[in-house]
Amino acid sequence: MKTILKDLFLTFAKIGVFTFGGGYAMISVIENNCVERKKWITHDEMMDVTVMAESTPGPIAINMATFVGFKQAGLFGAIIATIGIVLPSFLIIFLLSGVLDALLVYPVVQNLFRGIRMAVPILILDAGFNMVKKMKKKPLPCAIVVLSMIGMFLVNLFSVRFSSIALMVIAGAVSLCAFLIAGRKGAGA
Amino acid sequence: MIYLDLFLGFLKVGLFAFGGAYGAIPLIRDVVLSCGWLKDEALSNMIAISESTPGPIMVNLATFVGASQAGVWGSLLATLAVVLPSFLIILILTALLKNLIKNRYVQAVLRGVKPAVIGIVLATGAFMLVKALFPEKSAADSTDLVLTLALMAMYFLPRKFSKKKLSPILFIVVSAVLGAAVYTVFPG
Repeated sequence: MKTILKDLFLTFAKIGVFTFGGGYAMISVIENNCVERKKWITHDEMMDVTVMAESTPGPIAINMATFVGFKQAGLFGAIIATIGIVLPSFLIIFLLSGVLDALLVYPVVQNLFRGIRMAVPILILDAGFNMVKKMKKKPLPCAIVVLSMIGMFLVNLFSVRFSSIALMVIAGAVSLCAFLIAGRKGAGA
Repeated sequence: MIYLDLFLGFLKVGLFAFGGAYGAIPLIRDVVLSCGWLKDEALSNMIAISESTPGPIMVNLATFVGASQAGVWGSLLATLAVVLPSFLIILILTALLKNLIKNRYVQAVLRGVKPAVIGIVLATGAFMLVKALFPEKSAADSTDLVLTLALMAMYFLPRKFSKKKLSPILFIVVSAVLGAAVYTVFPG
């Protein structure tokens, strides 16, 4: 029992240290470690957890660590694996946050970050484009994408207090209603 | 009470961040700006650093914002809060409700939530781009404009010709080098 906990912790800490690029980049590394090398979960379980991770909120890598840890060693395993994947990022960012302000005093560093601030929105837009590419192009989802995009842009532009969470809840409710209405029509016909 | 605000704020992020880190950025912006913790610029710096360091971007950002507001305890609480919802949800789903995700009503709700997330991500990217180009409602700086167009061309054009694309980390490094060079020569 003790060895599996240690192994879980070290494996996920290693994944946490060496995987750049966030959740989606981590999926393949986790698959390589947990399915192929350690055989902690099967390939089918990996598929299941990927679907689960994409349908539930929160960091995808955390979802996976919790799942693998739980499968191997129950609640304790889930906790240990999750701490393992979080700890390295936590320490790295905590140390960086201490020196960032000191570095921002230098004009060159300020200019460097001014350049980076142009890159960040481009990356976010690209992530959005990729999501559009992958989605199923049906009328209702497409309408929701367009309306929520326009709505959120205006909310930002005029600094209206309306949270994106409210928008997500409304979109979920609309989609559920559409499903119920379609079901009723289908039953009546 | 900053500790409670940090914990509740990031709990909300962890609970509603569908679609990975980019789905979380609009929510984190919401919380950070509405609480008046940071300006858009400082948050942008943190986003860039969180993307260029290892680990889940959402966790990195939570640690970063927490540390900037309330030191080590702030960063611990924010990190715990952003992780906790996913941890509990996965536990409940794997241990108790194995088929909940496949339920057709749950699927119907998700079919609405996911496109909303896409719209929100696109709007956030577009708005941040506008903000970076027109800071504080002043006229656009021509240096900013040229640099942005150059970066966009560099990021999107190579894909038209080959399958290869610039990785986000490399793109951030390139933009940093260009920013340092261009703004030092042409201070705006």
